[in-house]
Amino acid sequence: MPWTRDEMAALAAAELQDGFYVNLGIGIPTLVANHIAPGIDVTLQSENGMLGLGPFPTEAEVDADIINAGKQTITELDRTSYVSSADSFGMIRGGHIQLSVLGAMEVAENGDLANWMVPGKMVKGPGGAMDLVAGVRRIIVLMDHVDKQGTAKFRRNCTLPLTGANVVDMIITNLAIFERPDRQSAFLLRGLAPGVTAQEVRDLTEAEYEEALA
Amino acid sequence: MVQKIHPDAPSALAGLLFDGMTIAAGGFGLCGIPETLIQALVDSGTTGITAVSNNAGVDDFGLGKLLRTRQIAKMVSSYVGENKEFERQYLAGELEIEFCPQGTLAERMRAGGAGIPGFYTRTGVGTLIAEGKETKVFDGETFVLERGIVADLAIVKAWKGDPYGNLVFRKSARNFNPMAATCGRVTVAEVEELVGPGELEPDQIHTPGVFVQRLILATHNEKRIEQRTIRKEAQ
Repeated sequence: MPWTRDEMAALAAAELQDGFYVNLGIGIPTLVANHIAPGIDVTLQSENGMLGLGPFPTEAEVDADIINAGKQTITELDRTSYVSSADSFGMIRGGHIQLSVLGAMEVAENGDLANWMVPGKMVKGPGGAMDLVAGVRRIIVLMDHVDKQGTAKFRRNCTLPLTGANVVDMIITNLAIFERPDRQSAFLLRGLAPGVTAQEVRDLTEAEYEEALA
Repeated sequence: MVQKIHPDAPSALAGLLFDGMTIAAGGFGLCGIPETLIQALVDSGTTGITAVSNNAGVDDFGLGKLLRTRQIAKMVSSYVGENKEFERQYLAGELEIEFCPQGTLAERMRAGGAGIPGFYTRTGVGTLIAEGKETKVFDGETFVLERGIVADLAIVKAWKGDPYGNLVFRKSARNFNPMAATCGRVTVAEVEELVGPGELEPDQIHTPGVFVQRLILATHNEKRIEQRTIRKEAQ
């Protein structure tokens, strides 16, 4: 049975280490914040210039001047600081953020990531995604294993315009987990959703990878 | 003392506007946008504007107002997804867009304001963003050359300002405002609250008055929320 979005988020949350500064992308990656283990202290960064994101506000707490990168209202914590966009991306580009979790349209076996445009469709722009993948030390992608047409999203090469070249370290899909020890290495199949076989994953994946199931 | 405080937005913008000009604006989404000055730009009828701004507002708010009146010819932005009129004009070929990664846009404004004509960044290397741009290898890694931005006019929104043009921003409404303030040949700020000389703590000033030539008390402070997300009280 494939993992649910929440289960995928929980798997990504298990990668967080105590003391990490983390940037979570919009969509499923946002759910990662709900699964941080007790005893693991993580500071969430939002690229619009907020370090130390709190939970969503109550009606009474809503403040139009406190939003995250998804333009959602949010609250402060006792550690919160605000910075300009230039300083925020200084944190990101400068390698001060340990981990980012992002969604993807396609990932290639060499770690290329495509998640910002589909030619022929209205392009909304890269936002901060290109800066995040270029600067954050470790990038985890959360995505469905295949697209709505059933086409593999983990591919030999990306067919869509790239967000970054050789930037992905780990892929968590609804069927499997792929990881690589460094950006010179091939991806390894590390885990399977309950009831999913390695052969089924192989059949639904275009990318070359090695099996390294425990 | 030079009088930086103007009575209203039209007076603060007088003599600064011309067709085909480049205007940098602060704000992220609808947060921290200079609502009052944007309305004054709409009323001015200035056209052919190149707008340097992270986003393009929504259909009837923020820079969306200037798009609706066709006063913007080109946007330099990182993300424009929330604006249907933008989409229509873009697909019809009426509007030009230069996409710029968000961090690169912030740095281009910061660099322009700091007298740095270009800088190298890792962001966008190997993507469409880097096509046609010069690259250079530092310590075995490839970086792309991006240009600093200097705008004819910068418009920013601050929380508090004093008669010297010193500005303090509030929470995440700071975002692009400090960089925009530095990159304008002339910068006009609108503030939610005008305070007297000496009332701002010198250590707490985000944008020093040297970057701000004109100042008004904002009359538009709607601060529209794009994604109102609420948690249940009991949680």
